[in-house]
Amino acid sequence: METLIIVLAGVLVTVATYLILSRNLIRVILGTAILSHAAHLLLMTMGGLKIGSAPLLGEEAATYTDALPQALILTAIVISFAVTAIFLVIAYRAYQEVGTDNLSDMRGFEDE
Amino acid sequence: MNNILVLPMIIPVIIGIILMFLRPFIRTQRWMSFAVMVVNTGISLYILNTIQSEGVMRLDFGGWLPPYGILFVGDSFSVLLVLTTSIVTAICLLYAFNSIDRARENMFFYPFVNLLVAGVNGSFLTGDLFNLFVCFEIMLLASYALISIGGTKVQLRESLKYVAINVLSSWFFLIAIGYLYGMLGTLNLAHMSARIAESGQTPTLTVISVLFLVVFSLKAGLLLYFWLPGSYSAPPTAIAALFGALLTKVGIYALFRMFTLLFYHEPSITHTLIGIMAGLTLIGGSIGAIAYNDIRKIISYNVVIAVGFILVGLAVATPAAIEGSIYYLIHDMIAKGLLFLLGGTMIALTGTSKIGNMSGLIRNYPLLGWMFFIALLSLAGIPPLSGFIGKLLVGQGTVEAGSYILLTLAFLSSIFVIYSLLRIFINAFWGETIISKEDEVPLTKGLIIPCVLFTVATIGLGLGAESIALYVNDAVETLLNPEIYIDAVMNNE
Repeated sequence: METLIIVLAGVLVTVATYLILSRNLIRVILGTAILSHAAHLLLMTMGGLKIGSAPLLGEEAATYTDALPQALILTAIVISFAVTAIFLVIAYRAYQEVGTDNLSDMRGFEDE
Repeated sequence: MNNILVLPMIIPVIIGIILMFLRPFIRTQRWMSFAVMVVNTGISLYILNTIQSEGVMRLDFGGWLPPYGILFVGDSFSVLLVLTTSIVTAICLLYAFNSIDRARENMFFYPFVNLLVAGVNGSFLTGDLFNLFVCFEIMLLASYALISIGGTKVQLRESLKYVAINVLSSWFFLIAIGYLYGMLGTLNLAHMSARIAESGQTPTLTVISVLFLVVFSLKAGLLLYFWLPGSYSAPPTAIAALFGALLTKVGIYALFRMFTLLFYHEPSITHTLIGIMAGLTLIGGSIGAIAYNDIRKIISYNVVIAVGFILVGLAVATPAAIEGSIYYLIHDMIAKGLLFLLGGTMIALTGTSKIGNMSGLIRNYPLLGWMFFIALLSLAGIPPLSGFIGKLLVGQGTVEAGSYILLTLAFLSSIFVIYSLLRIFINAFWGETIISKEDEVPLTKGLIIPCVLFTVATIGLGLGAESIALYVNDAVETLLNPEIYIDAVMNNE
């Protein structure tokens, strides 16, 4: 199970890298969003995956899932949500102001 | 256990949220946020003195004892930085009262400053790694808003770069946290430190530490500073001064914490790497500082040089060098604030940021000129001013450790600091004045008083270094002996 998830995280990182390296601003933002998912998956896998056990079943439970990574991922998801939202807003305002969403066209203005 | 430790973070958060509802009342917003900083200064002074008598303080949230709960830990190093943050922000706010335009003030400028300070203070005080990430994000989200507030072309373009690079490094931070949790099974800094000391710093842990080094270097502008000059020169002066004084310093704080508390077992790998990166930062920053004719760019590159210089102290890691770094860190927060404010005032007065288009300003504005001169001397480390003691101690540390290359680079960079700032001084302040008496823009009290306060602070810190020596020595003691920190956190009674 862990192997499968790690491979999935790897695939997500590959996709994210491809998207972040592109010139289109929206693709870059999507890339960072996908990278955040890869990081979340990694975080979860690092706590160890156990099939069929609940986070906590009292103090005498034989097996239980580590609840900490889940709490961390929950926080991280909220943060990635907020960051992606503000990134999209700034990108939209920049598109309005600069008139392009092509990153290589954004270099240098006449006032510099 | 002392609840006062959470106040430097929680007061700005609460006031920041309240201020969002007071949008039409600009005057109230101004003085409430100023009052927050003054109160924070008082609280951090009190905490600082309590730490001297009672040792490292900690606050377990919800009564969950470490290593299970999350907690705040206040040692001299972090509280000194909280204190400096409060003072610097208070003065920058005074400057903002008269320089930030009404449109920006209306778009929640003051709430965002409060949230920024909350994030910065939280990062300094937190005792576990994941909350460091959370506080970093609070700080960064506020800074994303501050850098793009107003929405001019340059600002938006630079903020895109700034947001992109910081989002990327945040996810790397999360990946590094994931690996470290997988290795050690805990996120409490003290607990992790104890576990690393037990098991030894395995090669895998060293690799993870390098990943952390990359992440924090991106935030601090250590070698990976390519985003810094552009984004720090885009926003209005008061915001740029806050960024220059606070944001990179949080990255530096995190580097100090990680590499003195957790990953101090393999200095031949990690600390050598930090040394190389600091050296290259000094070289790159020096080249950048003399390459531009734009005041804001020159000042931004001076931030880069200072980062390199402070990290030289960490790379060497002798007691004298660490002590010097802490002095220089405090000095740099004040002096960079002053430099940004002075540069911004000059731009506001002349309407241009190119030093070639200014001349003879000292005839029109003598006080401004002399303060710029003092800032220049202070940053270069001329004796009675605040930069001197830091430079001296870092120099002493590098000599003790025998790293003469770093010593040479560190002191050569001072010459570049002097040269780059003297270029501004000679071009803008000397020579015939090109502003006639009629065209002269009056230098209002609101712009000059914050600069005077910073100047007084830099002179005071230089002459009164003795008065903070007690706290700095305690900070060095805690940084170099991780068991003090571990003992304070893990000892439950």
